[in-house]
Amino acid sequence: MIDWGWIGDHLGTILGRTVQHLELAAIAVAMGFAISFGLALVVQSRRSAYPLISGLAGVLYTIPSLAVFAALVSITGLSIYTAEIPLIMYTLVILVRNIVAGFDAVPNDVLDAADGMGYGRRERFQRIVLPLSIPLIVAGLRLASVSTIGLVTISATLGDSFGGLGFFIFEGYHRAFPTEILTGAVPSIVLAIAVDVIFVRIERRLTPWAPEQAARLSIPERRVPGLGEAGG
Amino acid sequence: MDTGRGRAATVEFDHVSKVYGPTAAKAGRAAAPGAVNDLSLAIPAGRICVLVGPSGCGKTTSLKMVNRLIEPTSGRILLDGVDAASREVTDLRRGIGYVIQQTGLFPHQTIVENVGTVPRLLGWAAPRIKERSEELLGLVGLDPAKYARRFPSQLSGGERQRVGVARALAADPPIMLMDEPFGAVDPIVRERLQDEFLRLQEELAKTILFVTHDIDEAIKMGDLVAVFEQGGRVAQFGTPTELLAAPASDFVARFVGADRGLKRLSLSRIRDIELRPAVTGRIGEPAGEARRRALADPLPYLLLVDAQERPVGWLRDVEIEGDGVLTEAMAIPMSPLLSPETTLKDALSMMLDADVHTGIVVDRAGRVTGLVTTEVIGGFLREPVQAATAKHQPGERKPAEP
Amino acid sequence: MIDWLLDPAHWSGPDGIPVRLIEQVGISGISLLIAAAVALPIGVWIGHTGRAATLAVNAANIGRAIPSLAAIGIIAPITQAFDPELGFKVYPTLFAMIILAIPPILVNAYAGVAGVDRELVEAARGMGFRERQILGRIEVPIALPVIAGGLRSATVQVIATATLGALFGFGGLGRYLVDGVAQNDDGQLFGGVFLVAALALVAEGGFALLQRALTSPGLRRAGSSSGVEPA
Repeated sequence: MIDWGWIGDHLGTILGRTVQHLELAAIAVAMGFAISFGLALVVQSRRSAYPLISGLAGVLYTIPSLAVFAALVSITGLSIYTAEIPLIMYTLVILVRNIVAGFDAVPNDVLDAADGMGYGRRERFQRIVLPLSIPLIVAGLRLASVSTIGLVTISATLGDSFGGLGFFIFEGYHRAFPTEILTGAVPSIVLAIAVDVIFVRIERRLTPWAPEQAARLSIPERRVPGLGEAGG
Repeated sequence: MDTGRGRAATVEFDHVSKVYGPTAAKAGRAAAPGAVNDLSLAIPAGRICVLVGPSGCGKTTSLKMVNRLIEPTSGRILLDGVDAASREVTDLRRGIGYVIQQTGLFPHQTIVENVGTVPRLLGWAAPRIKERSEELLGLVGLDPAKYARRFPSQLSGGERQRVGVARALAADPPIMLMDEPFGAVDPIVRERLQDEFLRLQEELAKTILFVTHDIDEAIKMGDLVAVFEQGGRVAQFGTPTELLAAPASDFVARFVGADRGLKRLSLSRIRDIELRPAVTGRIGEPAGEARRRALADPLPYLLLVDAQERPVGWLRDVEIEGDGVLTEAMAIPMSPLLSPETTLKDALSMMLDADVHTGIVVDRAGRVTGLVTTEVIGGFLREPVQAATAKHQPGERKPAEP
Repeated sequence: MIDWLLDPAHWSGPDGIPVRLIEQVGISGISLLIAAAVALPIGVWIGHTGRAATLAVNAANIGRAIPSLAAIGIIAPITQAFDPELGFKVYPTLFAMIILAIPPILVNAYAGVAGVDRELVEAARGMGFRERQILGRIEVPIALPVIAGGLRSATVQVIATATLGALFGFGGLGRYLVDGVAQNDDGQLFGGVFLVAALALVAEGGFALLQRALTSPGLRRAGSSSGVEPA
C-alpha cells in the first residue's frame, strides 16, 4: 500500500516542507505571543478591557479556519499574510488567556510582601509577577504551538508555496495517491506531538515544585475557546 | 418536638488495629501515620467520647472505622453489641451521623436539600423530609424561612457548621461521628458552637465520637476522653477530671498541659465542693453576742447580713465593740459573690482580682449559703479523683458559664 | 455577499443553503453524539476511580495534537480500501470529526469529576451514598459545567473539521467556500464564510448558555464570591 520508493525519491522535498511547516508555525506563534503579551499588559492596567479582549479572541477562534483562509484569499491574495494572519489569529485566545491567568496566579500575599519591601510597580512586575507566571505562559505557548502546527496544514489550500507538510496531504488526495497523503499526515502528527512533548518537558523543568499531574492538568480544554467566557 | 431523645447506642472497640502498607503489615508494625494499634474502648450510650491526640495518632482513622470508611485490619467494632462489619455498609452509614471539619456540604444543593440528604437516601416522603429538615434547622438555631433556600457558599463558616450538624442529625441516628466539627471557625464562634452543641446534646443524648486535636475542646466536650499517642495507642481513657488529676504517663501530662490544675478547676463548680459555713451577724443584732460567735470561729471576720440574709460586708471580729448593735456603717467592703454555678476557676480568679482569700456563695435569692476560700479550692485539687468522677453523669453536664 | 445570500435560487435544490446547513448540522450533531457516548462514560469513570488517569490524559493530549487535516488524510486511504466511493469522500471527515471530538470531551469529563473535592465525596460516602449515587448526585452535577465545557470545545472542533471536509468532497457549508474560491465567485465565498462563521458562533453561544444553565446556582455564587469568608 505504501510506495516506499516514492518516499525515498522525495526525501529532500519532505525535509523542505517540514522546515517550511516549522517556519510558518514559529512566525505565527512568535507574532501571536507578541500581540497577546501586549494585550495582557493592557488587561493588567485596565481590567475592564479583559472581557472584551478575551471575548473577541474567543469569537475569532470559533470561526472555522477554512472560512478565514478562503475569505482572506480575495483580500490579501496568495501572499504570506494570507497564511499568517489566520494562524496568528488562532493563537490569540489561548495565549491571552494563559498570560493573564499567569499574571493572576501570583498569590496576593506574595504581591503584598513585594509591596511591603518597597518594590515599585515596574520592578514588582519584572521581578515577581513575570517569573512566577512563566509556567502558565509556557503552558499557553505549548497549546498554541500544537494547535498552530495543525492549522499550518490547512494553509496548503493557498497553493503550492504554503502548507508545509499539509501540501502532501492535498496533493496526495487530488492524485488519489495514499503514500503521499500519509507522507504529509504522519510527519505532521509526529511534529505536533513532538512539540507537545518538548513543551511538557520545559513546563516540568520550570515548575519543579508542581506535582507531576497537576502541572499539566491545570490547563484543561475549558481554558481554550469560549464565547463570552470572560472569566477564563 | 421529636428530637430523638433516648435513641443512643453503645460503641465498643474490641482490639481494633489498622495497619497501613504491606511492608508494615508484614513486619507487624503499626507505625505509619493514621495507624491504630490494638484499640479497646467501651463507650456507653448517650455519652460524648472525645478522641484527642497529636496529628497522625490514629484518632481520625479510629472514627472512620466506625462507619467503615476505613476497614480495620483486625478486631471488631460493636454498635449496640452488633459487629459493624456484619452490616450492609451503606445501611450502616445511613444510621450514623457524620460531621467533618470542612462540613462537606454539597455546594450545588440548597441548605434544606443538604439537611434532607440522608432521609432522601432512606426514601422518606418529600413532605416529611422537608418538615424534618426545617425542624432541624430550627434546632441548630437557623431560621428555616431565612436559610432553607440558600446555598452553602452564602453562609458563614459558623452557619455552615450548624448545617453540618443538622444534616448529621436528620435521620435521628443513635450514633454521631464528629471529626473536628468546629475546627474551621474562629475561636469565638467555636466556643459558641460548642456551648450550643452541649445544650443540644443534653436534649438528644446521642452517643457521640468526637475527634479533636485541641485538649481544651476535649476536656470541655467530653464525658469521656481517649488520649491517643503516636503509633495509634491510647495513652489514657477516662473522664476529663481523671485525666487532669492523674495523668497516666508523662505523655498525657505534657499533652494536657502544665495548667492542668487550672483546667480541672474549670470543670468543677462551687456546688460540687463542700462550703465553709459562714459566721454571720444580722444588722441590728446585739454586738456582744455576735462578737462571741465570731471569735469562736477561726476566720477573723464576721459576715454582716441584712434581714433577708443577704451579705452586706465584713466586720473584723476583734474590732466589734461589745455594746450596742451591729450596723452597716462598721462594715468593710465585700468579697466577690459566687453562685453555685460558678466554676472553681472563675471563683479563684475573682478572689485573686479582689485580692481576698474568701468568696461568699449566695443562692438565687442572694442569701448567703457559705464561704469558699482559696484553701478550700486547693484542698479540692488534692482530693482523690474518685470523688470527682461521679459527677460525669449524663444529663448533669452543663454547658459552660452563661 | 448579501445578494448571494438573499437570492432565492440559493435556498433550494440539492446545493441549496437549507440542504447544506442540514448536512453540516446533522453530521456534526451525530459525530458529537457518538464522541460523547464514547468519551463521557470513560472520562467520568476515570475521574471517579482515578484509575488509568495518566494514560487517558496522555492519550487525550496526543489526540488533541493531531491536526484535523492529518486525521482526515490518514483515515482516507484506510476507509477507501473498504468503500472506494464514500470511503474517500464522506468517511474520512466523519471519522476525523468523531476522533477529534473525543479528547476534549474525555479530558473535561475526567478533570471535572476528579476536581470534585474528595472531602465532599468522602462525606457523601460516610453518609451512606452508594458509589453510583455519589457519581450521579454529587460528582456529575458539580462537574457539569466543566463537562459541558468539553462538549463546547468539541463542537467548535467538529464544525471546523466538517467545514474542512469540503476540500475532500464532503458536503456541508464548506462547499460554498471551496466552490467560491474555485469559481472566483466572491458572493458565494463570503456568503459561505458568513454561514460557516454564524453556525460556529451560534453553536458555541448555545453551549455557553447551556453550560450556564447546567451550573447549580450554589456553584455559581461560590465562583463569584470565593475568597470571601465571613466568620
